[in-house]
Amino acid sequence: TVIDLLTTFIHSFSPCLLALAMAVNYGTRSLTQLAELPELHQMLRQTCRDYAEKELAPVAGQLDKNHTFPAKQVRELGAMGVMAVEVPESLGGAGMDYLAYSLAVEELSRGCASTGVIVSVNNSLYLGPVLAFGTEEQKQQWISPFTTGEKVGCFALSEPGNGSDAGAASTLARQEGDEWVLNGTKAWITNCWDASAAVVFATTDKSLKHKGISAFLVPMPHPGLSLGKKEDKLGIRASSTANLILEDCRIPLGNLLGQRGMGFKIGMQTLDSGRIGIASQALGIAQAALDCAADYAHKRTAFGAPIARLQAIQFKLADMAVALESARLLTWKAAMLRDAKKPYSKAAAMAKLAASEAATFVSHQAIQVLGGMGYVTDMPAERHYRDARITEIYEGTSEIQRLVIANQVLKEYQQ
Amino acid sequence: MAARVLVGVKRVIDYAVKIRVKPDNTGVVTDGVKHSMNPFCEIAVEEAVRLKEKKLVKEVVAVSCGPQQVQETIRTALAMGADRGIHVEVSGKDYDSLGPLQVSKILAALAKKEEASLIILGKQAIDDDCNQTGQMTAALLDWPQGTFASEVAVEGDKLKVIREVDGGLETIKINLPAVVTADLRLNTPRYATLPNIMKAKKKKITNVKPGDLGVDLTSRLEVLRVDEPPQRQAGVKVETVEDLVGKLKEAGRI
Repeated sequence: TVIDLLTTFIHSFSPCLLALAMAVNYGTRSLTQLAELPELHQMLRQTCRDYAEKELAPVAGQLDKNHTFPAKQVRELGAMGVMAVEVPESLGGAGMDYLAYSLAVEELSRGCASTGVIVSVNNSLYLGPVLAFGTEEQKQQWISPFTTGEKVGCFALSEPGNGSDAGAASTLARQEGDEWVLNGTKAWITNCWDASAAVVFATTDKSLKHKGISAFLVPMPHPGLSLGKKEDKLGIRASSTANLILEDCRIPLGNLLGQRGMGFKIGMQTLDSGRIGIASQALGIAQAALDCAADYAHKRTAFGAPIARLQAIQFKLADMAVALESARLLTWKAAMLRDAKKPYSKAAAMAKLAASEAATFVSHQAIQVLGGMGYVTDMPAERHYRDARITEIYEGTSEIQRLVIANQVLKEYQQ
Repeated sequence: MAARVLVGVKRVIDYAVKIRVKPDNTGVVTDGVKHSMNPFCEIAVEEAVRLKEKKLVKEVVAVSCGPQQVQETIRTALAMGADRGIHVEVSGKDYDSLGPLQVSKILAALAKKEEASLIILGKQAIDDDCNQTGQMTAALLDWPQGTFASEVAVEGDKLKVIREVDGGLETIKINLPAVVTADLRLNTPRYATLPNIMKAKKKKITNVKPGDLGVDLTSRLEVLRVDEPPQRQAGVKVETVEDLVGKLKEAGRI
């Protein structure tokens, strides 16, 4: 009946109306930003897109094939201010907001996903915690040299024995006189082989469980710190990933980041932000895959016409576009909430989940649209497929994201 | 040395866009189409900014003529390092018929008003390919011109300009004040850095009307019709060289 239809219509609309009300609550600025970015952000997006098209896309295939760290490009991006987007100008950064950072990572990842993750790790996982928890002295020493692209940092939380189970850190740190002594192994560290510093998480009080973890700033190279072999990965091969091995690695007491026992909190807060970076990287990969597929659909003929005329292909492209655009809006919203200093954990987790699943979906379908051509290295589709896969795993697996989201949703309905 | 450089920047349809002719054949489709700064204007801005960095000029002023949207183009010039911008407001029918003659009159008037001693422009715009504005501006001001520049060097109160001409490279020396138009190999424009994009926000853009400069925008040209280039015809295959020669003779080509 009409009443039933109307009721269903209103019920399906009310979450949207609620979201609209909430969005308007955060100021009309936030709402219009979802529809059209402010001029500053448009200019930033354009400059990163130009750079990615001219300097990254043409070499991405080679960088991937040879597992080469894009040192020249990282320096150029440093000069553009992209390696330290949120860092204030006084410390050598660009002094822009997280929405700008998200746009930069997306556009760069569209050109080269490896470069995207190198930029993201430096910004979110290395500079992020130092900016949020460092003393003025630490910021001078550990931030300024890492804004120019000459040096990059890395983030060492995961271990061979625990990834998702971050609270079980078995790397130990004990105080000995005026030094900390670190022992243990960290795994899956992005930028490892090319980094000049690491934020390392180690247990200072095992009895306190996850409240006994602390964060430390460790220069690289350093006595007592060695690197494992470079992992031979499926994708993002231009960025190095390896183990970090600490054997009686001694660092000054002043290298403690934040308070003793604050490590877990620092780690989780950093990953919340990092999620937005990885979501942005996933968006870039998805966009590149969609570009590839749509372009091909116009050109490839079968059954006497371009395959773009076939509904089977059209439906795929539509699904790909919707997955990408909805993930993008979730990512922008998470960034905007963070910029407005509002709680953003749920939004960030939703963004990362949606964007990474969009990346794998879109790149999978892109290969399907390309057919045989999607399976060979002549076209970038296979590289996007390989690059996309990791986005569902690192900086919080899709399963962890679901737990974070469910946790937040259930809190909203707390009995 | 030259205190003030005027750089003209034109907002054109982006070079990568596939151009479509409007169904009524009065022009090309511009609504909703991506626009950006004319590539030769980018090279002109880059050259001006480099002169400023070498401390050979004191101020770089970016100028654009058109509707509200050209402010984006001016801001891109500011993000590349220009100090301030001038937006000459031209819209509607006037904008549709705006061409090198009117723009050069505007630039000449501005050069006098701003006391500029150097004008750098792109050699031509990629939408109309006129290659006239620089030359006309120089003529209106009675200034020397160094067009198709692939190198510009300051030598005291003169400019040494190396020009790309059909026969090769021509080196000329011209007095300042002068007009220079930039060719492709003059330089490689920089990417706008994030700090410069932020700074661009604070730089001033003044609005000016052509009437204030005493410029009459009436066009001397009327566009009758715009058509797509003819579709490429299929070729013909021949079996032997003799056949080829025969066909060419038939077509009156040899």
